[in-house]
Amino acid sequence: MASEGLDARLKQPAPIPLDAALACRPGELLALVGPSGAGKTTILRAIAGVIRPREGRIACNGEVWFDAARNIDWPPQRRRAGLVFQDYALFPHLSALDNVMTALGHVARAGREARARALLALVHLSGLEARKPDALSGGQRQRVALARALAREPAVLLLDEPFAAVDQVTRRKLQRELALLRRAIAAPTILVTHDLAEAAALADRMTVLHHGTSLQHGTPDEIANRPASPLVARLMDQPNVFTGTVAGRDAARNLLALRWGKIVLEAHDDGRFRPGESVAWMIPAAAIVMHRRERPSRGERENPVSGTVAELLFFGETASVSLRVGGGAADGGDSAPLLAFSVSAHTARRNALAVGAEAAVSLLADAIHLMPPEA
Amino acid sequence: MDWTALRLSLELALWTTLVLLPLAILIARALAWRRFPGKGFVEALIALPLVLPPTVLGYYMLVAAGRAAPLGELYEAAFGGPLVFTFAGLVAASLLVNLPFAVQPLQRAFEAVPEQLREAAWCSGLSRAATFARIELPLAWPGLASAAALTFAHTLGEFGVVLMVGGNIAGETRTVSIAIYDRVQAFAMNEAAIMSAALLAISFVAVGIVYGLGQRALVRRR
Repeated sequence: MASEGLDARLKQPAPIPLDAALACRPGELLALVGPSGAGKTTILRAIAGVIRPREGRIACNGEVWFDAARNIDWPPQRRRAGLVFQDYALFPHLSALDNVMTALGHVARAGREARARALLALVHLSGLEARKPDALSGGQRQRVALARALAREPAVLLLDEPFAAVDQVTRRKLQRELALLRRAIAAPTILVTHDLAEAAALADRMTVLHHGTSLQHGTPDEIANRPASPLVARLMDQPNVFTGTVAGRDAARNLLALRWGKIVLEAHDDGRFRPGESVAWMIPAAAIVMHRRERPSRGERENPVSGTVAELLFFGETASVSLRVGGGAADGGDSAPLLAFSVSAHTARRNALAVGAEAAVSLLADAIHLMPPEA
Repeated sequence: MDWTALRLSLELALWTTLVLLPLAILIARALAWRRFPGKGFVEALIALPLVLPPTVLGYYMLVAAGRAAPLGELYEAAFGGPLVFTFAGLVAASLLVNLPFAVQPLQRAFEAVPEQLREAAWCSGLSRAATFARIELPLAWPGLASAAALTFAHTLGEFGVVLMVGGNIAGETRTVSIAIYDRVQAFAMNEAAIMSAALLAISFVAVGIVYGLGQRALVRRR
């Protein structure tokens, strides 16, 4: 099965537990996301060949780089993986130009300097070729590291938190540059990040990792809105994850009745759950619509839920609201569930939102996503 | 001035440095980057010549490599002559005594080279040998220079082990430090003074190189 792009399956119990499978096609940018310690960097290092996992197989463009079962383990020199380290790992005693030229061993000697200059120009570093790393800013160092990784004409480009060590402004700029540069990179690219917004903005696909295990693979949209499990939902920073029971099914309208405490909600039916089943469910904050006080609208008939404002925080132009759901939605006693959503600061003021105030929202039925309950 | 002794001393220092450095690089890299059982024991063993009286070391060398000892017999069978009381024996003793002076600065220097730089070099396509030559060694070279200068200077000044293992044979094992002792015993203070001054000057230059390099490394790191 000689397929284009990268396929990796890695498994080991220690020192860093791994049970991950990932795939990345040419031209595709795959984001490996997960909390610190999820094994993201370990996976990149295993793909690059600087560490050897206990079990698994890594193949790239039909070449088997690693296969524990067949005792194949190509050294990093042979794998042609361009790796941008988290703190860049530039050679401190070499100029930017020499750092890039170090990775041009496969190019005829006479052509190396011109190629290195072209790569530095590609990452907007013309004029800084003679600088050593300690005379470059964080963002410039990242670009040298990227140019050095590209110099190998990598079969796969691996980026380990490439924007973590720079300030916010530089980060935005570098992210934009990477998005533009991607058009010129044919190699499959794997980006390790714990920044979900970054992953969603840059990646074609995402793989969610937790304690070394890959939990879900899909587009950023799928993973944000259709997480495979409550754990993925929480790792994706979804605040509204609850439990409930499927109470009935309206096949004609393609809807399920979802019992949430004493409230019954209508939810999109994807056919995976039957009446009577316990489920976990979630709704993205963006699919919670606040009702306006003075001007009720038709949309308010969709899954209306009311409660009291438990927390109200203003972040610039946005107000973050936590609504303690009334009407007996709670599964038990006073631990009534909290719905988290955002409105514009302007809307919050006009509706006189305040802690303790009553408010009503609609939960958009199409956005309610059901998942198997947690074991 | 005993020119033969001075030449012998310089030759001994040069041979010791040349043979010891590659060995010390191997040992220092392993100690800097690898974890293995008994590592602390190995480090302690290497540091031992720093605290042990040279006479003790010399004694054990004599016992281990003497003509009646297995090691000595083995050497004699292989090279057709004894190891003790010869120049080769001096070099062997000198290698042992100087282990800490060569290994320790190199180990510190290699420890300061982040592992990621080596990995970055491999990922850039550099072989392990090229990584050593183009990345590790240039970054560790102040340590290498320190190791070389310290070994050289320390060998010039070595007395106890040389006397124990080599004795005092002119042209074969009589180094400057032995010659100075010899001259003082014979009340030839003038000769002793000239040789002492020469040894002082050479040692000062060598140690000065070590400290000068240390300063430069500090300045570069800033």
